[in-house]
Amino acid sequence: MALFEVSGFRSYSEVRGRQTHLADRTNHYNFGTKTQEFAVPVGVDPSGFLKTCNHDGGVCIDMNHGTTTLAFKFRHGVIVAVDSRASAGRYLASNDVNKVIEINPYLLGTMSGSAADCQYWERLLAKECRLYRLRNNHRISVAAASKLLCNMMLGYRGMGLSVGSMICGWDKQGPGLYYVDDNGTRLSGRMFSTGCGNGYAYGVIDSGYREDMTVEEAYELGRRGIAHATHRDAYSGGVVNTLYHNKDGWIKVCKEDVSELIHRYRKGMF
Amino acid sequence: MFSVQTFGDTGKMKDYHYTGPVEHRFSPYAFNGGTVLAVAGEDFAIVASDTRLSEGYSIHSRDSPKCYKLTDTTVIGCSGFHGDCLTLTKIIDARLKMYKHSNNKTMTSGAIAAMLSTILYGRRFFPYYVYNIIGGLDEEGKGAVYSFDPVGSYQRDTYKAGGSASAMLQPLLDNQIGFKNMEGVQHVPLTQDKAVQLVKDVFISAAERDVYTGDALRVCIITKEGIDEQTVALRKD
Repeated sequence: MALFEVSGFRSYSEVRGRQTHLADRTNHYNFGTKTQEFAVPVGVDPSGFLKTCNHDGGVCIDMNHGTTTLAFKFRHGVIVAVDSRASAGRYLASNDVNKVIEINPYLLGTMSGSAADCQYWERLLAKECRLYRLRNNHRISVAAASKLLCNMMLGYRGMGLSVGSMICGWDKQGPGLYYVDDNGTRLSGRMFSTGCGNGYAYGVIDSGYREDMTVEEAYELGRRGIAHATHRDAYSGGVVNTLYHNKDGWIKVCKEDVSELIHRYRKGMF
Repeated sequence: MFSVQTFGDTGKMKDYHYTGPVEHRFSPYAFNGGTVLAVAGEDFAIVASDTRLSEGYSIHSRDSPKCYKLTDTTVIGCSGFHGDCLTLTKIIDARLKMYKHSNNKTMTSGAIAAMLSTILYGRRFFPYYVYNIIGGLDEEGKGAVYSFDPVGSYQRDTYKAGGSASAMLQPLLDNQIGFKNMEGVQHVPLTQDKAVQLVKDVFISAAERDVYTGDALRVCIITKEGIDEQTVALRKD
């Protein structure tokens, strides 16, 4: 593909002369350090496998899940706001997870869905973006970075990955915002919200959005969207992490506890 | 339909009806119980686990601790399926040796955590049924705790409980170490002695209410002087 050749992307397997493969017994002598390997259960469909193992003599394998994240473009840049809750089944594994991966000072990736999937694939994306920068002497574009992630997802389509990610950045074309998910969907847009609380967030940011908002108003809109979503969605909560992206790069705006935010909204202070 | 007649409690005849063949499927996993806990302080870290190994209604062993020493500054606690715990710790040990031979230095706690994340994710479609918590000292000598889910998602914490009694221990730690849900309390930093005492008390509580936790408690205290191990008795019932 043209983009692959231009970006110099060669998958790890090509470089080593071996295909990445799914093995029923991983290569013990290398422990998976030479080629990227994924072990699969023998003779069973991987996406449904874990469900059948659960509740069998007390076995309960739950992976960290659940989120609300949102991002929108406006005249002065891009706002990204995420919550910080990770739940494993009904148990709240953590209330202060970092769901934004800082790929480089001009590129951010958000994570929603399965925590392990997002952390792994976005870390791999960060590695590829760094390699691109070293090979081509200019930063990767947001469109290309999102395309790389999208193709990683397509390679494992149907195997039960759960990733809903937004790639936000600023490149030569200006602000960029792409939504990428585990089906291989890749959409460029002005406003996205992902995760199980996304409906609530959309309602809030749709009603308050104006293209010519000031930066302060935009921070507040992003915070409100997440706060109201966490208020109504059981699987979102914790703190709101807000980031602002403009032509000079991204900055962390604030980190506020959602219960305190809702308390203040109730009291009418905002 | 297959019908069998037998006598019930009242002395009257009862009918049992079997509805046909039932599918039994081999499960590659088993749940062996056990609880692990780790706490990070200013210049120390504590990793503690109980030593009971159970399966279903039986206890296989009363002396099977779940803390494994990885390096002089890192201990890992693994609970869940014992078979996967053993294999995972062997793989981690092998990878540590490989790193030592290639790079001529020991892996730091943060590096071990990142490596474990990729090892676990390599089994994303057929996971290790292990809940891991790594406790150790980071490069600056401060205590660090890293907690994992079975497929490799991880983050650095100050304290974390994992395993069968984790849902009982975590709220208690949130209150005592994180000062959550307390008003008007001074946030004093945790001293090593207070932390060890807290860990012992918290496990005694867990053994009271969780059937899979008990027998004995193994505490590993990691400081720059090395790793100190203590064993404390818990309820054996």
